[in-house]
Amino acid sequence: MAATSAKKWRRARVLDVCEVAEHVRQVVLEPEHLEAPAAPGSHIDIGVYVNGRADVRSYSVVGMGAYGTEIVLGVQLARQSRGGSAYMHALRRGQEVSITQPLQNFPLNYGKPAYVLAAGGIGITALVAMGRALKARGADYQFVYGARSRGLMAFADELVAEHGDRLELRVDDEGTGLDVAGLVAGVPDGGELYVCGPTPMLDAIKAAWAAAGRRPADLRFETFGSSGRFAPEAFTVRIPRLGLETVVPHDVSMLEALEACGADLMFDCRRGECGLCQVKVVDVEGVIDHRDVFLSDAQHQAGDRLQCCVSRVVSARTGGLAGADGQPAVVTIDVP
Amino acid sequence: MSQPARPGAAPAHAAFRSFPSNAWYAAAWDHEVGRNLLPKTIANRPIVFYRTAGGRAVALADACWHRLAPLSMGKLRGDDEVMCGYHGICYDADGRATFMPAQETINPSATVHSYPVVERHRYVWVWPGDPALADPDLVPDLHMNDHPDWAGDGKTIHVNCSYQLIVDNLMDLTHEQFVHGSSIGHDALSESDFEVTHDAHTVTVTKWMLGIDPPPFWKRNLQDRFPDYEGPVDRWQIIHFTAPSTVAIDVGVAKAGTGAPDGDRSQGVTGTVINTMTPETDRTCFYLWAFARDWCLDKQVITTRLREGVSGVFFEDEVMLEAQQRGIEANPDYDFYNLNIDAGSMWTRRIVQRMIDAERGSDSEPPDEASGDAAVAMGAVTGAANAAVHEEGTGMAAEVAGGIAGHRQQPTVGLMGRGL
Repeated sequence: MAATSAKKWRRARVLDVCEVAEHVRQVVLEPEHLEAPAAPGSHIDIGVYVNGRADVRSYSVVGMGAYGTEIVLGVQLARQSRGGSAYMHALRRGQEVSITQPLQNFPLNYGKPAYVLAAGGIGITALVAMGRALKARGADYQFVYGARSRGLMAFADELVAEHGDRLELRVDDEGTGLDVAGLVAGVPDGGELYVCGPTPMLDAIKAAWAAAGRRPADLRFETFGSSGRFAPEAFTVRIPRLGLETVVPHDVSMLEALEACGADLMFDCRRGECGLCQVKVVDVEGVIDHRDVFLSDAQHQAGDRLQCCVSRVVSARTGGLAGADGQPAVVTIDVP
Repeated sequence: MSQPARPGAAPAHAAFRSFPSNAWYAAAWDHEVGRNLLPKTIANRPIVFYRTAGGRAVALADACWHRLAPLSMGKLRGDDEVMCGYHGICYDADGRATFMPAQETINPSATVHSYPVVERHRYVWVWPGDPALADPDLVPDLHMNDHPDWAGDGKTIHVNCSYQLIVDNLMDLTHEQFVHGSSIGHDALSESDFEVTHDAHTVTVTKWMLGIDPPPFWKRNLQDRFPDYEGPVDRWQIIHFTAPSTVAIDVGVAKAGTGAPDGDRSQGVTGTVINTMTPETDRTCFYLWAFARDWCLDKQVITTRLREGVSGVFFEDEVMLEAQQRGIEANPDYDFYNLNIDAGSMWTRRIVQRMIDAERGSDSEPPDEASGDAAVAMGAVTGAANAAVHEEGTGMAAEVAGGIAGHRQQPTVGLMGRGL
């Protein structure tokens, strides 16, 4: 209920793992202790192993199982990942994991005259429970679910059955891709738009929302900093002042790589929201792929700083720069 | 919570002090919530109340998302926002951040809980529990507080006892004979029989006293309508409880033998004692009451007479209830022994306990007594600071506001104390 709460870790048992779309597995967990069913918009943190190291990932709660105590997650395998999503996909029935209670950073606000829910790809996991709650209350809502292709769309059949005409499927390779301006225009005045999807989709919606002069607080979104404009690549990071240089593998964050080579960095949210892990960009050979929501568009354009928990650098060729030679990217930074 | 779930535990246990979270509680009189920040602890939760420029009452968690400083130490900003007094983060009436210091964006996680609020029957009601369940139709029916067929007014008392002890008190009016002997007490109260009925959410206790001499309070009220009548009366007390903590008591007297028990009250006067109790912590509460009458609606002086008179009567209850709370805490090894006269309160406790049990495991852990006490201490500081800028009320509102403040200083000057 509260916007944030102290994390309480407890053990949970894996009840089921099954494929629900291409590269998407549904994971059902039963925690040994559960104070309350997960509210719409909430997520859990789960302990994972990445490259043999313990780490933490966040996953939206798709919903509660039939008995009200099973937490249903939907996990997309990130491309080429040996990271958190690979760990999640490798879970087996009966296995024990460590999770937090449901945490809420994306609360649904009841009592609004109208709602639009807009999911892109695996972002659907954050909005399934909201759709169900709005339907249960008889709210006026529209549900828009977009993806590159139909095979990638987890839970689509169930959502069609549940929401009927209120649900619109937008599929890029069927020529019905999401029209962002139309989406924003379709939110009635005083209504709220809830968005969960990849960064480019979110950026486009934020821009359209601002361009339409809509009230910023009525655009609700959540990000785990998990996607950018480009697929992750390995790159080199240098901190001349500290005499440090290291390679950031494609499945490791810049923050983690810097910590591993001895840099003492401050951070907190690890999902590109809080701004604590910001570093100064001194030079970049390549293109910065900002994945945070802390900096404004103008600050992203300026390119003189980045949030190293989520943001990355790709080669000039990947980034589409003219005359690029395909050399791996190098970023030179300074840290507080 | 103070009591773990115990199968078969008697709901009327002395230490029972819990309350449901999924309920509407009257947080304040409507005039108390204005264009200033009013901190109140409701059901162990620190909440800040204010009104938007458009007049809508708002209840936000009184703790900034950033580092938990009380928002009530901040100030109102624009038409509907509050600004934290520490680092300037602003929130709208939905609890969504609209400004953050030293950054060009708004953190999408930056929200504080906005509690559902309904204004009805001159009270501001707040729902501490799951907002998805906050149905305005569940607000208890206290329409006599603002219906044109009724006239009346009331006050708020902060009582150092569990709200449940006040429900107990109101469900058994036998105590009037002993606690309120000079005003509304009467030997017939403990001598006459009563009937108790209930359903899933309500309890009704009905008592008729036929052909009795009216007690001083009712003799005076009947004289407003029938100045010459000196004879005996038929008196009624019909107590309606609505879970978890609202009690509306249909009271009155009519000339004896004129048919009041059969529904003809034309030869009498009827009042409704409106009571709704709001848990502040496990052992403290706000008691919002009013007395509405159906006679001489245009005589404002009667409103004042009744309000001040009832205020004096209720002070006698307050003294006893706070002593009872101390008695319960001083005797942790002892339990209540419940009597036949407690039937009404026993039913209310069973209904409320079922609400609490239904929430166990489905409510996100409600704050406990320790956090409630901390919230009260915090609210006292910021409330005192904000009171300095409290706008002066006018008319009836000011009268009531003054009544709240003055209640403890002059508790026994009510007319009832002089036996009128």
